[in-house]
Amino acid sequence: MGEWLLVSIQVDMHDRLAMQLQDDLTSRIAATAARGVLIDISALEMVDSFIGRMLGNIAAMSRVLDAETVVVGMRPAVAITLVELGMSLSGVRTALNVEKGMELLSASMAEASGVNGPPVG
Amino acid sequence: MAQLGTTLLPEILRQRHQDILTEWLQLLLESAATRRDLISESELRQQSRELLSALTIAAASGERFESGSTWAPVREVLTRVSEARARQGFSASETALFVLSLKQPIFTQLRTAAPDAAAVASEIWSATILLDKMGLFTTEVHQKSRDSIIMRQQQEMLELSTPVVTMWAGVLALPLIGTLDSARTQIIMESLLQRIVDTGSSIAILDITGVPTVDTLVAQHLLKTVAAARLMGADCIISGIRPQIAQTIVHLGVDLNTVITKATLADAFQTALRRLGLTVVKTHTPARMAPPAPDTAN
Repeated sequence: MGEWLLVSIQVDMHDRLAMQLQDDLTSRIAATAARGVLIDISALEMVDSFIGRMLGNIAAMSRVLDAETVVVGMRPAVAITLVELGMSLSGVRTALNVEKGMELLSASMAEASGVNGPPVG
Repeated sequence: MAQLGTTLLPEILRQRHQDILTEWLQLLLESAATRRDLISESELRQQSRELLSALTIAAASGERFESGSTWAPVREVLTRVSEARARQGFSASETALFVLSLKQPIFTQLRTAAPDAAAVASEIWSATILLDKMGLFTTEVHQKSRDSIIMRQQQEMLELSTPVVTMWAGVLALPLIGTLDSARTQIIMESLLQRIVDTGSSIAILDITGVPTVDTLVAQHLLKTVAAARLMGADCIISGIRPQIAQTIVHLGVDLNTVITKATLADAFQTALRRLGLTVVKTHTPARMAPPAPDTAN
């Protein structure tokens, strides 16, 4: 994946596991100097507000470490649930699947490392 | 009221079964409420036979119509007949009259079977109560049946009125027509998100030209839909905002800063194409579409 990390969440996560993930992820980002993180949640049938907050936290922490996070593979039912819970995850970028997520990351990384021109509208 | 089992009814239903059936059918065939235009004679005969047989068996049990298990076959026949008639277009009264018209033939027999006038009155009273219960049961089933038909039609209308169209590869459009309540928003969200998955689209245009009023609730519903689509990696553009709607939105203080809004669907489509890095190029002067070539097969 080059400078990127791919995290695939397969199991329903409880608190300790989620905290573990946050720790592991931030360590890996720092260790590998990753510029992008793809979190694949296509295996999750259910996401509660806790997981939602966790995804937001991971995105924020990654940004502090100069890495961009994209969450991919959210299922329709999960998206509706999150929205009904009032969580729009505004700080988290999203894409339909891993390929599109990678396109998004490479586009934003190219933009970031490009000349200091005006931002693309 | 005397227990059914102790009245003469079970006995005369058994012994004078055929006479009752014959008189009942005659009354039905003569009455306009039978709606011979909606039901065939053979179907009518079959329904009457079934009901009378079930009634004859159940009446002997002495149990109550509403709860007795021996009455289950009677209730089942009544339910079946009532639902079929609701579908066929009978009114509730016409359906109930089918059952209530059974009174006359039964009374005819009771009058000759009971020993004296007082007994006749008491027998007729018991029979009336029973048949009224059956008639009312029929009406209720008819009502429920009609209600469920209406609800199913409403559901179909809801689904029909929220189509999701593919305007271009990767661009979906939802022309929203009519009021936007939470039920419709749910359906819209579900179909939009499913289409995003199916087509891999990254842009969805919500056109609200056909939405008559936008208040804070409607705005909330729209924003929810936009947020849900965004979570699936698709950006939304809201188009078709009429000047009055724009005024209302500002007056209400609705915050649409998270959404791109355009006045027309055309503008929104142009924006979508630009987003995807596409342009429309003119390649030749416009020509009229030629009429289909004449069939030259020989």
